[in-house]
Amino acid sequence: MKHVDNSIEAGGHPVIALERVTKRFPGVVANDSVSLAIRAGEVHVLLGENGAGKSTLIGMLSGLQQPDEGRILIDGQPVAITSPRHALSLGVGTVFQHAMLVPTLTVAENLLLGAAWWRRPRKDSLRAEVEELASSLGIRIDLDATAAELSLGEQQQVEILRALLRNSRVLILDESTSMLTPSGIDELGALMRRLVKRGLAIVFITHKLREATAFGDRISILKLGRKVGEIAPERFSALSEDDLTAEIVETMFGNRRSDPDATTRVGTQFPADAQPLLAVRDLCLAPSATSPGLSKISFELRAGEVLGIAGIDGNGQKQLAEVLAGQIAADSGAILLEGRPVDAMSVGARRDAGLRYLTDDRLGEGTVGAFPVSINFFLKQVGRSPFWKAGIEQGGEIDRRAAELVRDYDVRTPSIRTPIGRLSGGNIQKVLLARELSTGAKAVIFNKPTYGLDLANTLVTRQRILDAAASGKGTLVISTDLEELLQLCDRIAVMSGGRLVGTVANGPHAASEVGSLMIGLAA
Amino acid sequence: MSVDTAPVEMTERSIVARSPGMRKVVHRLVLTVGPVLAALALAGLLLLALGVDPLAYYGYVINRGLLSPSGIQQTLTRMAPLLFLASGLIVAFRAGIWNLGADGQFLLAAVTAAAAGPYFAAIMPAWLAVVLAFLMSVLVAMAWSFVPALLRAYQGVNEIITTLMMTFLGTSLANVLVKLVFLDPGTTVPQTRTLPVEDRLPRLFDTTISSGLVLGLIAIVAVHLVMTRTSFGLRLRIVGANPRAAVHSGLAVPRLTLAVFALSAGLAGAAGAVDILGVQGNVRADWNPAYGFAVIPMVFLARFNGFAAIAFVLLLSVLSIGGESAARRLGVPNHFTLVLVAIVLIVLAIAEYIDHRFIQSRKA
Amino acid sequence: MSDLFSELFLGALLFGAMTAAVPLLLAGLGEQISEKAGVLNIGIEGMMIFGAYTGFVGAYYSGSLWFGFLTGALGGAVVASIMVLLCVRIGLNQIVIGIGLTLGFDGLTALLHHFQFSRTYPRLAAAEITAIPLLSDIPVIGPAFFRHHLLVYLAVLLVGVMVYVYRRTQLGLNLQAAGDKPAALDVAGVDVVRTRTVAVLSTGVLAGLGGAYLADVGAGIFVPFITNGAGFLGIVLAMLARGRPLWVLLGALVFGLCLSLTTALQVAGINIPTDVIQMIPFLAVMAMLVIFGRRSQLPAALGIPYVRGAR
Repeated sequence: MKHVDNSIEAGGHPVIALERVTKRFPGVVANDSVSLAIRAGEVHVLLGENGAGKSTLIGMLSGLQQPDEGRILIDGQPVAITSPRHALSLGVGTVFQHAMLVPTLTVAENLLLGAAWWRRPRKDSLRAEVEELASSLGIRIDLDATAAELSLGEQQQVEILRALLRNSRVLILDESTSMLTPSGIDELGALMRRLVKRGLAIVFITHKLREATAFGDRISILKLGRKVGEIAPERFSALSEDDLTAEIVETMFGNRRSDPDATTRVGTQFPADAQPLLAVRDLCLAPSATSPGLSKISFELRAGEVLGIAGIDGNGQKQLAEVLAGQIAADSGAILLEGRPVDAMSVGARRDAGLRYLTDDRLGEGTVGAFPVSINFFLKQVGRSPFWKAGIEQGGEIDRRAAELVRDYDVRTPSIRTPIGRLSGGNIQKVLLARELSTGAKAVIFNKPTYGLDLANTLVTRQRILDAAASGKGTLVISTDLEELLQLCDRIAVMSGGRLVGTVANGPHAASEVGSLMIGLAA
Repeated sequence: MSVDTAPVEMTERSIVARSPGMRKVVHRLVLTVGPVLAALALAGLLLLALGVDPLAYYGYVINRGLLSPSGIQQTLTRMAPLLFLASGLIVAFRAGIWNLGADGQFLLAAVTAAAAGPYFAAIMPAWLAVVLAFLMSVLVAMAWSFVPALLRAYQGVNEIITTLMMTFLGTSLANVLVKLVFLDPGTTVPQTRTLPVEDRLPRLFDTTISSGLVLGLIAIVAVHLVMTRTSFGLRLRIVGANPRAAVHSGLAVPRLTLAVFALSAGLAGAAGAVDILGVQGNVRADWNPAYGFAVIPMVFLARFNGFAAIAFVLLLSVLSIGGESAARRLGVPNHFTLVLVAIVLIVLAIAEYIDHRFIQSRKA
Repeated sequence: MSDLFSELFLGALLFGAMTAAVPLLLAGLGEQISEKAGVLNIGIEGMMIFGAYTGFVGAYYSGSLWFGFLTGALGGAVVASIMVLLCVRIGLNQIVIGIGLTLGFDGLTALLHHFQFSRTYPRLAAAEITAIPLLSDIPVIGPAFFRHHLLVYLAVLLVGVMVYVYRRTQLGLNLQAAGDKPAALDVAGVDVVRTRTVAVLSTGVLAGLGGAYLADVGAGIFVPFITNGAGFLGIVLAMLARGRPLWVLLGALVFGLCLSLTTALQVAGINIPTDVIQMIPFLAVMAMLVIFGRRSQLPAALGIPYVRGAR
């Protein structure tokens, strides 16, 4: 399947067709002459890495963006989809990667959003409609719950329901599995099958190969904005799963013959009596409206060890990281670095002692987007010698060191004076890596270190983590990506509802053990 | 977008390469002076509609506010409190704190200066009296901002509403103090006792310009340097640009917030003090020049840059001194200055928007 | 001293409180709509003063108060439309533009007043009172609350209307979504910019109406800076009430009572500077904030322009 099929195949009327659609952003061609046909009764998987142009494609189908070239046909008629409203009226419903519900409104009110403004919300007829639809799909939804109270999986179901209530003929699911538990993913897969059976067309976007082969009827592969291959249903069913995987891998990654996520590292066993570098004892934090808090978290991290924390987003991982870093105070418990308690220390003092925290929110809290790259390297050292002397900024010293770090960490930036917000996610991550790892690090917490990065930067970041561990640092890797943890860690702890529910040594059976811990079974 | 933006950087590089620093400065200048001229023209149309010859008006304003010897001296004297206010606002706005309470802080400091000045002057050398009165005013203004500061720092209460309320409160309290506590029994007009001219801040050389101007210039340059060149200033800017990054970086945000309020209010207080100790000599009941509110647009126009703020404060002074004089002579109330300032602000904001869009479309 | 507690005095005091409260109520309800939809409308003082001016001009030249209210509301809407264009459509900083509009229209109306009315200072005839049958005969309460211009009742009714709009209508849902999560509203098929446009224009209409009432009914005359911070008080009320119209009414009455008390005490010949009493409501609010000071729950997207597709 080396050929690139960019023509619309005959037979089977596509509900939506994209014809040689191109979309450019300043300096980037996000979609380059992409053609796709979405048919009723089919799950059409759009498979591609981050940066392949999947989100832009969705943006155009859902009316958030307009193509620069090419056209979109609906039922064979060319249409310019001008707004999300227009897309909905054309029968295209989208479930976005980030929840698109108003947190302060109830589920019912969220479902009612979008009706003509002078109307009274028709809650009663909605209740009947939802009841019927939900029961036929086998999902349960509490209409009176506030959206903020729902889990991400439940929010997603609400959004799917919303699309169906609007009589959508096409349902677009954008990276919908990234926030779900393994069982939640299976549930979503089953739901998709039931929906296509009702005659819906589904566009399912993912970067996970296994989900593509498990849930899809047809797969289109995107790479760097281009469509590089399509596997039609006939071929899909003719191939065995292994052959299918091999073929997709070859299309996606060229001659690299294996799925980069498929390798598993066998963890090093550290002797139990080795002096722990970082010891955490009975850490507790009261739950809040948005997090389950922490209950009695205890673990030990040894020098040179990579300890993973697996779990679905929002189970207290961020709170754990922030408590360790000193950004929030724990209610009780102890944190010891090299045997010395750090509980009373400030963020800065812990950092000085060698406890580092690389945040997952690179632009939200990791950097100041409008400040130059150079200053962002030293955001956690403001006022420190040699970069500041007696409180006065030493521009030369800052620039010299920043240039050094840019070189050492291969940060691609036009200049060290460029506002960091203009860099790509991968390059911002390199700045953060340089900041946390460059001098004096002993124990480093990585929170979702490769989230949203493209493949090249993902690999660079993972290598940095492994290098850090190899040089004797203790590293804690928090990730929602199980494959990543299997690849990096010596041990993997699973976090659920604010507690550590178990720890497994990495090895051939680690994946299934972690999986069962995540859904509440003992390993 | 999850699209990797590496190629954007390439374009950036070529743009940067084509426009060296000088071009950037020229660009900024054109982008500032152009809209100011456009705004003057727009406001001129308004004058025309009101039956006033705009050229004559502007000519008169420039003559009386800038060119005539007495006019320029008044203008430079007027700049003193405005510079202090501008520097106080720059500290706050750069740190992301919307201190809309400058006028309340200004007035209470003014009343303090008017009460303390004559009192101290009677019992100690004039210079010491002025210094003490100045310091007391600054402290009073700081204290006046303390409640909004605490509420913002530790309770997260929005400072726009609290500082606005404190301004209303401060205006009333200043009046109460003037009418009930510090009333000068020697006059029939309700006002405080008057600091004798010879005990006030010295005048510069043989002019009528108050030395407050020098103090104001020192203050705003110092603020500019602190904000741009020191670790303290950088910390404040981090808090302003991204409070969560400040927490992540281990900055003591609540304490920095208190410091910002204290500095900002203290500088507003200093404005009140130099105005009283240098120019007015007393506070009359119901006196409220509302300088603080008028300076806010200047600070924005200067994009929080201290040196640019000096230029805009000069502009405001020329317009208001010239405008006051024009009100007497040409019968155009000096409220026209307010309209002019507003038009400049809006036209400049639009120009910046268009410029931004233009650069973006050129990049694409 | 016994005068202080006479029926007449109390009636006049409460009547004054109601009269003073109405502009604040209208401004507060107006600001609330903008804030709910995510626009921090600092320009409301400018909308109010322009509404006061156009309202007075309309009433003065037509001889009809109602025509004055109409022109006042339109005047407020004109200022609001500038705010819409600059802040909602092209996303300029809401605080900067708001302050600019306030300064500009304070100045403009003072200027226009100078050229038009500063020699004559024309006054309008006293506003016609609509007494509500039966209720207006109750001692003290009757003359205080049920002998007002019709607009006063309408303003109070508006509180109920707003409660209904926020709780029971699609528009209410849209407004809240535009303030709390505009992107969600957009993908649900409602234009965020249009929703916020409607909100800001409504603010302008209400603020303009409040200004017109102030000039036409409250004072019967237009003087420069007549609103004297009433718009800012509206902002304070809206922020304290956090989306609840009834609280705006309550707050407006408290502030109105304090304003009325100052005049009433002067009439009664009691020599307390008006300033002392004017401080009371602010002191009360500040004290409340200090004692109960919890985080003000403002809409998440307040003050942030919406750009489709931006993250």
